Amino acid sequence: MSRITLLTLQVLVAVVAIAIWHFATTVPVFGRLLLPPFFFSNPFDVAERIYKWFYTGSVWRHLWITLAESTLAFVIGSLGGALVGFWFARRPIVAAVFDPYVKMMNALPRVVLAPIFALWLGLGIWSKVALGFTLVFFVVFFNVYQGVKEVSPTILANARMLGMNERQLMRNVYWPSALSWMFSSLHTSVGFAVVGAVVGEYLGSAAGLGYLIQQAEGVFDVAGVFAGMFVLSAFVIVIDVLVSMVERRLLVWRPTVGEARA
Amino acid sequence: MGEAAVAEKSGSINPASRAVGLNGVTIAFTVANGTYNAVEQASLSVADGEFVSIVGPTGCGKSTLLNAAAGLIAPAAGSVDVFGRTLTGLNHDAGYLFQSDALFPWKTAIDNVAIGLEIAGVDTAEAKRRAQEWLTRVGLGNFANRYPHMLSGGQRKRVGLAQVLIRDPKILLMDEPFGPLDAQTRQIMGNLLLDLWSADKKAVLFVTHDLEEAIALSDRVVIMSAGPASHIIGDWKVPIARPRDISEVKLEKGFHELHREIWNMLKAEVLKGYAQSGA
Repeated sequence: MSRITLLTLQVLVAVVAIAIWHFATTVPVFGRLLLPPFFFSNPFDVAERIYKWFYTGSVWRHLWITLAESTLAFVIGSLGGALVGFWFARRPIVAAVFDPYVKMMNALPRVVLAPIFALWLGLGIWSKVALGFTLVFFVVFFNVYQGVKEVSPTILANARMLGMNERQLMRNVYWPSALSWMFSSLHTSVGFAVVGAVVGEYLGSAAGLGYLIQQAEGVFDVAGVFAGMFVLSAFVIVIDVLVSMVERRLLVWRPTVGEARA
Repeated sequence: MGEAAVAEKSGSINPASRAVGLNGVTIAFTVANGTYNAVEQASLSVADGEFVSIVGPTGCGKSTLLNAAAGLIAPAAGSVDVFGRTLTGLNHDAGYLFQSDALFPWKTAIDNVAIGLEIAGVDTAEAKRRAQEWLTRVGLGNFANRYPHMLSGGQRKRVGLAQVLIRDPKILLMDEPFGPLDAQTRQIMGNLLLDLWSADKKAVLFVTHDLEEAIALSDRVVIMSAGPASHIIGDWKVPIARPRDISEVKLEKGFHELHREIWNMLKAEVLKGYAQSGA
């Protein structure tokens, strides 16, 4: 399929979906609307709301806050996950000791941590960063751990026969292998960073896209909720495109740029 | 020649000119119900500058024996000596060309070749310059910036050869290096290997299951018995003059005779190997 055809079809899906939505919320069938506008708003109101947000510029601050929280959560979570994953993989005893706790922490739904973080870190950005961190950390941790563990034995033997000492093995073999696994989970971890930020804002904050949605919901402003959701979706898509670009650059050595979604 | 030749051969090389010596090497693996001796009491000598092939049925422990010579596996009994010194730990005089892909997939061809020098402390620019020379020597001068996945199987083997040889090891260990390649590429690689080898005659220990390849390349061919507890059961000198051309060496007088003689012994072992593995 050519790029143009694909793009046309993709746009067509959106057009059809919006048309159905518009029809169901504005055109009466046998005297009544299929979807009550109070609960489903309609495309024009939502579009108008989004336009107003950007026209007045009020949305930029929220976008900026959410972006800052997501970025911080991603960077700190990735760094922490990579270092601990590396450490555990190279020290099997440490990994064995911590294994049940890692599993416990990972199994815990992160949403329940949000109130605790709000108590500890306040309603500012850091409680959201903390929530995003707990999500990103584990994705990166497991990938790096796996990456170091699963270095091909042949490549390892080759490196040793070429004369690498332990430090050189780290730099030239373990680290690139771990990084490649980490980058293959880039989409997942970036997505989780955004989820952490938005959920955190939704549960208690004074700014951000999650806050915007939560505020609209509080006054039954359905157009506002939908507008918030659309802006958030667009935000995530832009970030995903950026991630894909970074990925293409970093993983040039890969036969196929895999998108392992853990 | 035959079993008598083994004992005679092992003793006949002067220890000082002996590059690699395996002295009654036994290699054991721990399995579910105890230990399993893959190799038992294997003895072999490779003189400096000598090209020796090890041929045996699949699963006979050829690669295991090679790993012992490389110091990647420690023998349970017996010893390995390298230029007269008993080997403990890795064999730093040896370069090892593996059967499966061993290039670093995240490094370009030139970086893969240069790495052996870089880790030895040669500065990057100099290492790259020499790596480029080596790539040219193996016929990949224009492929320096390709990653391994962009190269064919034969090209990857060439890079592997350059990666090992750039360090100028005194001993070259090769584990069915051309096994995964097609017949034509194998011949070309064989000729390339002989070309490179004849330039400075390293001691070579070459593992293969292909008897024709072994005879075409080597000064000596040794045969291993079927596993478990395999050991060396035959040792033949190859009386074919060098330089050789792999694709024509099969037409040489003596090739067929030698092939038939060795194959008689090898065939019995191959059948034994099949019977044991139940294939």
